[in-house]
Amino acid sequence: MTVKTILCPTGHLSFTPLEKGSFLLGCAERPDYIIADAGSCDMGPRPLGADQHVSLEAWQRHDLEVMLVESRKLGVPMIIGSASDTGTDRGVDQFVRLIQEIAAEHKLAPFRVTSIYSEQSLDDLKRRVRGGARVEGLDGRPDADLATLDRTSRCVAVMNAEPIRAALRGGADVVIAGRSSDCAIFAAPLLEDGFSPAIAYYTGKLMECASFCAEPYMGKESIWGRVEGEIVEVTAMHPGQRCTPASIASHAMYERTNPFREYVAGGYVDMTHCRYEQVAPKTTRASGQVFVPSPVCKVKLEGSGLVGQRRLAIVGIRDPNTIRLIDKAIDWAKGKLAERFGPVGEGYQVFYHLYGRNAVMRDLDPAPDMAPHELGIVVETVHQDGRKAEEICALAARNLFYARLPETKGTAGAAALMSDEILIGEPGYEWTLNHTIDVKDPMELFRLRHHRVENGTLKEIA
Amino acid sequence: MARLRDLASTIRSKNAGVDHITFDVIFRERANFERVRDSGVLARDKVARLFGIPETRISHHTVFEPANAIKFTIRRLKPSGTPGESDVFGSQQYAPLFDVEVP
Repeated sequence: MTVKTILCPTGHLSFTPLEKGSFLLGCAERPDYIIADAGSCDMGPRPLGADQHVSLEAWQRHDLEVMLVESRKLGVPMIIGSASDTGTDRGVDQFVRLIQEIAAEHKLAPFRVTSIYSEQSLDDLKRRVRGGARVEGLDGRPDADLATLDRTSRCVAVMNAEPIRAALRGGADVVIAGRSSDCAIFAAPLLEDGFSPAIAYYTGKLMECASFCAEPYMGKESIWGRVEGEIVEVTAMHPGQRCTPASIASHAMYERTNPFREYVAGGYVDMTHCRYEQVAPKTTRASGQVFVPSPVCKVKLEGSGLVGQRRLAIVGIRDPNTIRLIDKAIDWAKGKLAERFGPVGEGYQVFYHLYGRNAVMRDLDPAPDMAPHELGIVVETVHQDGRKAEEICALAARNLFYARLPETKGTAGAAALMSDEILIGEPGYEWTLNHTIDVKDPMELFRLRHHRVENGTLKEIA
Repeated sequence: MARLRDLASTIRSKNAGVDHITFDVIFRERANFERVRDSGVLARDKVARLFGIPETRISHHTVFEPANAIKFTIRRLKPSGTPGESDVFGSQQYAPLFDVEVP
C-alpha cells in the first residue's frame, strides 16, 4: 500500500520565524512533501482590505529560504498556501519574487514554480449577483447583495485542493497559492497520490497548525505526518514535544465552532467517529474519518471594506471620584462632540476603551471593576477624513480632562494626558464578506501561472 | 467548593471565523471531565448567564468526548477587528470561567 509523508514546519508561515532545529530533524527523515500555510483571518480585516502583509518580509524570506533550500536538496514538492498572510495577488507575486531571489542567492538548480491567484474582481462578482448568483452568508450572516459588494474594498476566494492538484500535475516543484483552505494544501498531493478525500482532508486538518497539535504548548515547531490507507500518524519533531491522543483531539476542535465537521468547498470531513491511539512515545495514530460530499461546490469568499480613518489618544485617570463617575464624564464628552459634529454615529464614530474596567471583554464581562486604582482609556475615533478624525479625537480626549462632574476636588484637570498628542491609527476596515458562492467548476475562480526559475531569473512557461 | 480552574487543564477562547469566538474547556482527567459535564455548570443556560448574554448568542454548545472537552461558541456583536472592537483574536474572553463553582 502507498505510504506518503509530509513535513509541516509552521501553522502560519513567517507570522514569527519558524524553528529550524525540529524542521531539519524532519528533513533528515526525507519527507515526500514540505507544506505550510501562510495565512489567517485572525489579524482582522485590515491586511486584506488594505492589501498589506503583517508578517515582516525578513521573516517571510527566512521561512521560505529554510523550506526552499531543503525541499530542493530533497527534490520534493514544497507547497505554500495563503501567501503573505491574506493570499491576495500581491501576496502571491511577493512570495514568487522571494523564491526567485533565494534561488539566485543559493544558486539552486533550475526548478518550476506555479503561482495560483485567488483574488476576485468585484465587478465580476457584481455581474454574477446581477445574473442571479447567490452569495450565501456564513455563520448567520444574511446573503450579500450589491450594497455589500459596494462596501467591499478587496475580496479573495478560498481555494480547495483542485487548483493545487492542477499545479502539481503541471510539474510544479514549488506551489505558491493565494488564499487557500488550510487543509486543502495538504490534501492536494495526497489526492494526486490516489488517497481518499476523507484521509487527505483529515490529514490536512490535523497537520495545518504544525506543533499546536502536540504537547506541551509550543508554536513554530515541525510535525511529521505519515499517511497509509485510511490512517494518519502524526509525530512531533521537537525533542521536548509529543503528539498524544489528547493533544490531537483537542486540536481537532481548535478555532472551529463544530469539532465534528471540517468543511471544504466540496463537502465536509465527518470526525464524529475518529479514534486516536498512542503508537509511539511521540506519535499518535488517527482514523475513523468519513468524507461527506456536497451536491454543490460552494467556494468561500472573504471580503474586507474600508470603514474610515482612525485616530487614537491615551488618557489616564487616578482620581477615585472621576473613576467612579467615568460614565458621566464620557457622556458629557460625547455631548460636547454632538454639539460640534452632530450625533455620534452619524458620519463619525467614537469609542472609549476603558482598560482597568472592561476594555477587553466589554459586553461579555460579568464583573467589570467599577473602582479600579487607576483607569487607562484609549480613545478611538473614525471618520472618512483623517483630519476630521483627528479633530474629533482631540476633543473626545481633552473633554475628559475638562469633564464637569459633581464633587470634583481636582479642579485643574480631571484626567492625565499621557502626552497631549493624537496618534495616527491604521485605517479601519470591517469584514464585509464571510460568504460562499456556488460554482460549477472548482477551478473557475482561480488562475494558474507556471514559471521556470533558472540562473536567478523567472521565466513564464506555458 | 472546587472551581473550574482547579479541574480543567485548558480553558481558552479563540476566533472561530470572523463572526464567532469559541471557548474550549479541556480536562486531563476523565473523572474531572465527567464531573463537570454531569454537574451541568457549563450547560448552555448557565454559560449564557455567566457572560450576561441571551442564550441565542450561543450558536453552538457541544460535549466533545474524544478530547474530554466542553465547547461552546458565542456570536460576536461585530466582526473581529471592526473599529471599536477590542480582542481581534478573541483570545482573552475566557477568564470568567475560572471561578465557576463545581459541586
